[in-house]
Formats: sequence, structure tokens, C-alpha cells
Amino acid sequence: MDYGLTEQQLMIKELARKVSKEKILPVRAELDEKEEFPYEPMKALAEADLFGIYLPEPYGGFGGGALDLCVAVEEISRVCGGVAVSFAANALGAYPILLFGDEEQKRKYLPDIAAGRKFCAFGLTEPNVGSDAAAVATTAKRDGEYYILNGSKQWITNGGVAGTLTILATVNKARGARGLTAFIVEAGTPGFTLGKKEKKLGIRCSDTRVLYFDNCRIPAANRLGREGDGFRIAMATFDKARPGIGAQAVGIAQGAFEEAVKFAKTREQFGQKVSSFQAIQHMLADMATQIEASRLLVYQAAREVDRDSKEASKVSAMAKLYASDTAMKVTVDALQVCGGSGYMREYPVEKMMRDAKITQIYEGTNQIQRSIIALCVIRESANWK
Amino acid sequence: MKIIVCIKQVPEVSEVKINPVTNTLVREGVPSIINPFDTYAIEEGVRLREKYGGSVIILTMGPPQAETALRQAVEAGADEMILLSDRAFAGSDTLATSFALSSAIRKIGDYDLVLCGKQAMDGDTGQVGPGIAEFLDLPLITYVKKIEELEPGKRIRVETMTDDGYDILESPLPAVLTVVKEINIPRLPSLRTKMKAKSARVTVWKADDVAAPAGKIGLEGSPTAVWKIFIPKPRSGGQILNGTTAEVADQLYNHLKERHLV
Repeated sequence: MDYGLTEQQLMIKELARKVSKEKILPVRAELDEKEEFPYEPMKALAEADLFGIYLPEPYGGFGGGALDLCVAVEEISRVCGGVAVSFAANALGAYPILLFGDEEQKRKYLPDIAAGRKFCAFGLTEPNVGSDAAAVATTAKRDGEYYILNGSKQWITNGGVAGTLTILATVNKARGARGLTAFIVEAGTPGFTLGKKEKKLGIRCSDTRVLYFDNCRIPAANRLGREGDGFRIAMATFDKARPGIGAQAVGIAQGAFEEAVKFAKTREQFGQKVSSFQAIQHMLADMATQIEASRLLVYQAAREVDRDSKEASKVSAMAKLYASDTAMKVTVDALQVCGGSGYMREYPVEKMMRDAKITQIYEGTNQIQRSIIALCVIRESANWK
Repeated sequence: MKIIVCIKQVPEVSEVKINPVTNTLVREGVPSIINPFDTYAIEEGVRLREKYGGSVIILTMGPPQAETALRQAVEAGADEMILLSDRAFAGSDTLATSFALSSAIRKIGDYDLVLCGKQAMDGDTGQVGPGIAEFLDLPLITYVKKIEELEPGKRIRVETMTDDGYDILESPLPAVLTVVKEINIPRLPSLRTKMKAKSARVTVWKADDVAAPAGKIGLEGSPTAVWKIFIPKPRSGGQILNGTTAEVADQLYNHLKERHLV
């Protein structure tokens, strides 16, 4: 099907598919089993120039946008959701710098991220801060030419491997969301230490960490935008990155679906291929249809985001919501199609089901997505004629 | 360094069928790839360029569709593409192919090294690399598994694979090397190389462009015919003579004299 992808996007798709097949497929099960960070696959993705596809050319990127990123993330996710999020989370950490950094900050940090030389992470979530983003408790106190950070972050993807982190802290708790401020923190800064690495249900190769800030002193030049811009920066970042999670979900669903079809075509019971039973056929049809609908919504959301359109927030929330719910449903059904074999760790489908679940939760739970969509729709209705 | 890598586009063998009437491969509709052994030659050329600077020129003799193989080589890191394509080359055996390629290499001129894969997956003769060396009167080292030292313009020192181990050989440059798969792991394309491959121009040469006379190319220039293909039994025993060329020649003469062969 012709999705209207540009030549560059088609090249990215082909490259991501090739790297995934040759460098990720052979190791995905082992990385999942051992919960090891995918250093080699990430290196292969960097060598293929894929880390910089959404970054501007002056910083070593290719000047593409969210759609370029989605196309790559989808292909990687088709093979492994864990490697895909390790890759995509770099964009989450880089977008604040790209969108709100000054020229000096962009020139200092973006080239290493574009080349995959330094990984990146986004630090918002805390033990008491999930959906309620404005309640950030990590503090940033101005001290001359520095800020002093105190507090902790939880469940930060790439937290333990990132060289550059965008951290949200409050300069004034009393001001709530308006106190939130974004800062660039470099790994190895005194006062910044890593906490435990989480054991997860899925995306097990992804590095998910607790981060501690104990009188961590960072230069004031590392602040992004002004004090109080943090909430706006976080929301704008999520808007841009949300189609990417949608793409991750589409890819995971696609991978699971393909396994289900392959299995149904080979498995025989009652003297015939399981794919000839209507019950199975209808499941496959529903899976295929939902994946296609998700893909189109994700691609459109990416286009809206790249256009900075007024509907970008709404469509990007819709895409993340729909694609992630689809990924969960499709992976569960794909496992069902594979029957007992699907339940065995020897087959790749159970991992895909475990990987899919998180897409309904992170980067804004699907409940939050629904709230965002509802508010957008209600606001828009004022302009209906 | 100016490095020339000779490649061949071959059918993807797992899908090949034989025409029952002519006993030849059915090539239509079968996907084509770069001969796998050639991908190692390309990678080695690119690594040498990264180390010593210069350029990697990919040369192939084939029909117009061989251009895709050349572009795949650029995706793998090569710089320039030359396609030797002419109806007059059709039906070439390894002698005619070696002649045509060496004529093209002569026209390129001023090169430091010629790299080839060990053999082509479809013909399996392994003769073209050696044939090129002969026509160009260059030193030949086959089955290279590692380049140990290289002084551009002067000499090269390599490890070659033998049946039961390896040899270390040295040669002046320029030289022709054929490589085995143990030499490296070819890289995957990158977005940069893919874009380069998309926009790069292929230089196409006909028989006249490389001064290849009709009698030496194509079917007319192909004295050989394939009679039988089989896997040879490995040889054992024999005696290895060591020393300088002069010392070895003396030893060999004495052996032959003892056996009343000279």
C-alpha cells in the first residue's frame, strides 16, 4: 500500500528493517531473558544513521520529522519493542532541547545524540508523580550561576545509559505547574546518581531506572527556556513524541500478527491447516484491519505534528490511544492463534504480548489520552457551524 | 589509495531453477544480488580507504541491470561505479571476462590495489581474479583472510587461508588480491550511503571504450566450455619448500634432478 511516504522515509524504512532483521532479531530473546541493554543493536542503528533522522542537518541530523521517526520505530518494534523504546526514548529526551534550547545548547548536545554517540533520557516521573505531572517534587534552587537539584525520579527509560538527560524540577512548589522548569543534566555530574534498575514484565532489555539528585549542582546555562516553562515544554515534547509510541505499538502488533499468520498456515489439526478455520480467519481479519487503521492514524498524527497543526495534540493522543489498545488486543489474539505454542517462551509471541502492555501506560496513560482528546473535542465544538 | 573492486551480479541461488531444455540457469524473474564473496572484497576496500584515504571504484561486467549491484556496493561504502556493458561481451567465459575487466582496469589506470571475491557463486571457477592478474602482469595473492601491513605504493603483507592453516605472504604493490569470507564482516548500509547511491552516476563503458577487440571478448573470445562440475578430493602429503625464491628454485631443481626429470 502506498502511504505517501517520501523517498527518504522509504529509505529509512528499508534500512530500519534490514538492521532489525540482521542485528536485532538474532539477539532479542536473549536480551529479554537476561534484561540486558541492547548496546550492539543500538550501535548498529547509529551506524545506519538512524539516530539523527528527526534532527536538523546543522546538528548532524537529516532534517526529517516525526513521520521519519515513526517509520523507523515501527520497523524496529516489529522485531523488538524493547530495542525500539531504547531507540525512541532518545527523541523524547532530545525534543525539549530541539524545541526550546538556545543555539548554544543545541550545538553542544544535539550532534552527539544525532550520531548515537550519547544516549538521551527524559526525566519527569517520580514516585508520587505519574499522570499528575504538575506535582513534581524534585526541586531546583538558584545559587548564583548554578541551580542545585534535589529529589528523585522513577522509571526513567535509558536513565542508566544516557549521557544527556532532560530533567523536570520545580523552582517553586507553591506555583504548581507554573513552577516546573526543564534542565539538561549530564551523566557523571556530582550529586547525580543512579538508583536501582527495574525488573519489568516487558521491554525487559530497556534500561528503566531510579535517579537520585542530592545537591546536584548544574550550570544555570543548562536551563531550557525560562523558569516556569517546564510544564509547557513537557507537554509540547509529549505531543511530538506520542506518534512514536503509536508507531511502536503498530510495529509490535504487526510483528505478532505476522507470527500468527505464519503459524496458522503451518499448524494442522483435524486434517487441515488451522488457517482454514473460520474462527481463526476472522481473528486474523480483525487483527489486520485494526493494525491498518492504527498505522494510518499514527502516520497522520505524525504529519499533523510535523505541520504544527492545531489538531496535532488531539490526533497524536488518538493515535497513541488507538494503536496501543490495538497492540494489546492483537498480541493477545496472536498468542491465542498460536495456541499452546504461543504460551511457550521458545516462540516470540508471548514476549510481544508482554511488550505491548506498556504502550497503554507510558507517555501518558490511555486514560489521560482520553481526557486530552475529550478536552480538545469540546473546545473545538465551539467552532462548529 | 585508488582501490578497484571487481564484482559480479549473480542470481539469488536459493530460488534458481534449471531450464530442462538448455541445461542452463533460468535467470528471468530471479532476484539478483552481489556475489556474496565480493561483498567481503568491497568491505575490505572501504576499510582500506577509511585507513589510508583515497577512493573505492567498483567495476563490473554485465548487462544493464548490473547497475543495481553497483549501487548496492555504494550503499556498502564504495565511491565510484563503472559498468562494462556491451552486447559484444555476452557469452564470455572466464578468460574473456578476465580480459575485458583487465582492459577496463588498464583504462582506469594509476591504481594501487585490485580486490576480488574468492569465486562467483554461480560459476564457482575462481578464475577471474587470477586471470586479471595475468593480463595485467601483476602479482596475485589468493584466499586472503587478513591484511597485516600495507605501505601504499610499496608493499602489502597478508595472511592467506590454506587447507590446513594459513600462510603469510608479502608482495609489492600494485597487486591483485582475492579474499575469503573470514577477512571481515561487511557493514550494513547507512542512510548517508543509501542517499549517495541513489544520486551517484554510473560510468558505462562499451568494448570500444576499453579497446577490447572482438576476438578476445564475448562468445568469440571464449575458448573454454564447462564440461563437468565436481568437488575435488582434498590433497594431502607432498613437501613444502621454504626460503627465498632463489633458494626454493635451487631446492626444486635438485628434487627434479634426483628424479631424473630434468
